[in-house]
Amino acid sequence: MTIRQRGALVIAITLFAAAGLASWVAPYDPGRQFPDHPFAPPMLPHVIDSSGHLRAPFVYPLHLVDPLERRYEEDRTRRIPLRWFGSSLARVDGSDPWFPIGSDGLGRDVLSRVTLGARLSLGVAAAATALALLLGISVGAAAGYAGGWIDATLMRAADGVLVLPAIYVVLALRGALPLVLTTTQVFVTMVAVLGVVGWPAVARGVRGIFVTERREEYAEAARALGAGPLRIALVHLLPAARGFLGVQLTILVPAFVLAEATISFAGLGFAAPTPSWGAMLQDAASARAASDAPWLLAPAAAIIVTVLVLHMASGRWASGLWTDASLTD
Amino acid sequence: MRGQFLRYLLGRAAAAFALVFLVSSGALLLAQLAPGDYASEFGRDPASIAADRHRLGLDRPFAEQYGRWLKRSVTLDLGESFYYRRPVTALVRERAANTALLAVVALLLATALGVPGGILTGSTRGPAVSLVRGTSVALLSVPPLITSLLLLTLAARTGWLPVGGIGNPSPDASWIARLIVSARHLVIPALALALPLAATIERLQSQALREAMNRPSTMAARARGLPRSRIVGRHAWRLSLGPLLAIYGILIGSLFSGSFAVELVTSWPGLGDLMRQALMARDTHLVAGCAAAGALFLAIGVFAADVAHGALDPRVAGSRS
Repeated sequence: MTIRQRGALVIAITLFAAAGLASWVAPYDPGRQFPDHPFAPPMLPHVIDSSGHLRAPFVYPLHLVDPLERRYEEDRTRRIPLRWFGSSLARVDGSDPWFPIGSDGLGRDVLSRVTLGARLSLGVAAAATALALLLGISVGAAAGYAGGWIDATLMRAADGVLVLPAIYVVLALRGALPLVLTTTQVFVTMVAVLGVVGWPAVARGVRGIFVTERREEYAEAARALGAGPLRIALVHLLPAARGFLGVQLTILVPAFVLAEATISFAGLGFAAPTPSWGAMLQDAASARAASDAPWLLAPAAAIIVTVLVLHMASGRWASGLWTDASLTD
Repeated sequence: MRGQFLRYLLGRAAAAFALVFLVSSGALLLAQLAPGDYASEFGRDPASIAADRHRLGLDRPFAEQYGRWLKRSVTLDLGESFYYRRPVTALVRERAANTALLAVVALLLATALGVPGGILTGSTRGPAVSLVRGTSVALLSVPPLITSLLLLTLAARTGWLPVGGIGNPSPDASWIARLIVSARHLVIPALALALPLAATIERLQSQALREAMNRPSTMAARARGLPRSRIVGRHAWRLSLGPLLAIYGILIGSLFSGSFAVELVTSWPGLGDLMRQALMARDTHLVAGCAAAGALFLAIGVFAADVAHGALDPRVAGSRS
């Protein structure tokens, strides 16, 4: 592992930790609306006040001066100091809201929504990856260990799933369920659907490793000592696939983050008030909103960072390519 | 030799046909499995729901519905859309043409950008080369969903290009004016779809060329004192085409997944958009029709890539038949 890969891995872990601690990192509840502040621009913290003195980080309150043109002005006469590490990572006291990266059309804080959206988007991706790996390992191990017609049938099935345009399969599977679901149901559905679509590449790789490894002397020795097939597969052969599974992890997580975003964007995933990255991008998709309030594209930036960091962590982009990640688009 | 290639072709064609059949049947089955049907999606009185069901044949057992659909689909009649009340074949043909236009233009664009880029980064070094490589590495992390959103924002802010839709040229305009309107609307979707794909192709071409440069045959050419441009252009590039073409089949799958997102964002009236509507309205026949068309595209694309690969490299045809 190179230094760059390690750095990327650290960033990736930080991202997932931030998603886990989302309700503390986010300044506000993601559903909280400030009716006086629709499409408020980002409010960057200042450290030098209007008279040129150095201060602890603070923000100036924003006032909507022209509701039609959505023009905001900073009130330079009042300073609102930021409070760190209290009930949330950073927040302001008083009645004036603070939007670190702007607000959306209903006056909701975009940063809060992106962080809480991360919990759903990254959560779905992580759980679906776990499921895909589990399915892929089971199928691949069975095929590689058993050989013969079992192997041929399972691999033919894997090839069949692999060649399909993944997003259409996901949509068709999603279409087989009721349109309106609760957030928990959507979460479970997405994990199941993505897991079912994502296993073939894992299965093929694990099978390939098992086919060669099971003829090795250490596997023969285990067999001679009376170990059963399950023990040989899990305890002796599976560790040989560790490197491959690590790479698969960094392929599947970004692919599933994108799949979630696409499905929610299409209106078949997490629905409107629930903040997920895909659902939030719907707001940004209307040309007017995107050009007037480009900060609504924050979920897009979050997706790019997640994908880029995971690609870097795997080191794939330097050497080879994620050719089997047809889900990635 | 020729017989072997023919057998290979037939095998690939049969696989393509099986793909179309399985996908459309599977989509029909899945759409059928969904709770509720087209009639019940719109809450009205039970009598009219029952009447609608009877009219559409939804009250028959599924096996019978499927049998009828299958029998008709042999003659390319995919039934009638419940929602549009028009034959599915006609609807799908219209939309599929738009998707095909988008996909073909994007693939050509991606190839035109990716292959020269890959040859450049695969054969030389320097700051410009690093820039190309860096750009394509960054683009690899930006999927079509995001590229289309970003390009749309750019277009909306600058006003350079129309945002969304396919354009409605006035019917009395000359064909050249119409072509310009359509082409202007095509720029953003095609570019959004092509950029990530171009990055993929660039990386593959670069890697394949680098490997080809180290092959003994290329070494021999170098030892004979041939100029570098000739070695790259005549010898190494040809060797690198095999691995590149092998990947085109897979690229076509991601092309269609990507075009779904791009169509949604830029309101390009293609198959993806139609499929989404059909799923939302529980329009079973239309879902199956869209899936069939998508699978057909995919099958044709994979078939074409396989044939090209087989024609270029006789070992491929030999090993698989």
